[in-house]
Amino acid sequence: MNIEVRQPQLGAKARVGIFDCDIHPKSSLEDLRPYLSNRWWDYLQTYGQRQRHGYVKGFPYPKSQPLASRRDSWPPGGGLPASDLDFMRQQHLDFYGIEWGVMNPLSPTGQGEQNDELSAAMAFAANEYQLEGWNRRDPRLKASVVIPYENSEMSCAEIRKRAGDRRFAHVLFLSRTSELLGKRRYWPIFEAAVEAGLPIGVHVFGSSGRPMSSTGWPSFYIEEITEHSASLQASVASLIVEGVFERFPELKIVLIEAGFAWIPALGWRLDQNWKRMKDEVPHLKRAPSEYLREHFWVSTQPMEEAEDPDHVIDVMEWIGWDKILFASDYPHWDFDDPFLALPPSLSEERRNKIYSGNAKALYRFD
Amino acid sequence: MAKHVVAAVGDIPPGTRRLAQVNGRAIVVFNLGGEFFALNNRCPHRGGSLCQGRQTGLVESDGPGNYRYSRPGEIIRCPWHGWEFDIRTGQSWCDPTRVRARPYTVSVQPGTRLVAGPYVAETVPVSVENDYVVVEA
Repeated sequence: MNIEVRQPQLGAKARVGIFDCDIHPKSSLEDLRPYLSNRWWDYLQTYGQRQRHGYVKGFPYPKSQPLASRRDSWPPGGGLPASDLDFMRQQHLDFYGIEWGVMNPLSPTGQGEQNDELSAAMAFAANEYQLEGWNRRDPRLKASVVIPYENSEMSCAEIRKRAGDRRFAHVLFLSRTSELLGKRRYWPIFEAAVEAGLPIGVHVFGSSGRPMSSTGWPSFYIEEITEHSASLQASVASLIVEGVFERFPELKIVLIEAGFAWIPALGWRLDQNWKRMKDEVPHLKRAPSEYLREHFWVSTQPMEEAEDPDHVIDVMEWIGWDKILFASDYPHWDFDDPFLALPPSLSEERRNKIYSGNAKALYRFD
Repeated sequence: MAKHVVAAVGDIPPGTRRLAQVNGRAIVVFNLGGEFFALNNRCPHRGGSLCQGRQTGLVESDGPGNYRYSRPGEIIRCPWHGWEFDIRTGQSWCDPTRVRARPYTVSVQPGTRLVAGPYVAETVPVSVENDYVVVEA
């Protein structure tokens, strides 16, 4: 009686099928077991995982809602949010008419694990489970190539295993890497992704082993979620300035869940300094903002909410109408409703690009 | 505005809430210690279903370390982004000047009066022996 059965057609404007670039299916360690060797299963039972966080078991900050999930996303039949495909279909995929979704599993995936070999084994298992547990049952759900990104050799091996498999949409990093993302230790991963024809998705969070701000640990969750854009700014600047895109002109980076209003300001600041200090970085052949506009895509959620909606549209204009991808973040608490998230004044053409056209062009799902 | 019978009083005990469909609108009816209040179920921020949120109280602070918790159960917290609304008025605690969950007038009427009309009893059978929750919408 207390569940509102809403009608999908409530969204007034006619819509194309939606491409949702950020869905978080939940698996348990037990789900991964068939894809882990006995050695690693026993290891996990005996020693457990060691994230690159000191003194923290679980989340470093209490979340806004339990498990950072919408309170209405706990499946009626039991289990964790987004662990039950049938309920995910009913509440999200079918309800909103999601044509394709990209799964970005966050845990357990072994990312940020101190033991490189365990990290690689869990990444492999997480990838197998995305295929068997989700994509095989609902091919709308595309997988991410989860990689143990702190070890480039093992990451490349995983990417090469998945190369050519069209069930995978992109290679998944979390944003808090142990070094800035443009550093050379990560370049082999970029090379392997380009060879495989896969974009790199960088989803916020992760365990870098360092405080999440450059000046220590913030006190509150509100700071943690706001800080994602700051840490990504540093890595975006690093990718550009280190010359990654001169070396890999085909490389495409998708920034997921970091907001996007900070991007023009970063471009302005980089360009301003580059004009004065070009000789410090002679490997850059173009203004930093040109790399920023050419090589980066952004996902919408959490959609910026400015007092004046036109300010958001100005920012989108700067980033480029071809570079913005719709994302819901289902089932997390800061979920964006596909029917309500975008500024209402957007033209039908721009709306369709963000809902679907841009992602189809980027991920080449036809 | 028509008056709609949405439930028998006994169907919404104190401390609980119930969703009603009135003229195609989803309205959530709350019983706060015997008083009834109704809000549009759609969160005015981004559309979450308020009925699936959590009823909480009012936390106020006039400085770090000083907290007061009052009015337990009288604030509904949206299940999505956590926006909080006063169940009595619909007022938002996140953006009180601009946003409010739409409230509806609720009353309790004896079945003897309802049977005589002019009430619309959509799905609730009415008998003279009971009291009913009536929403104007």
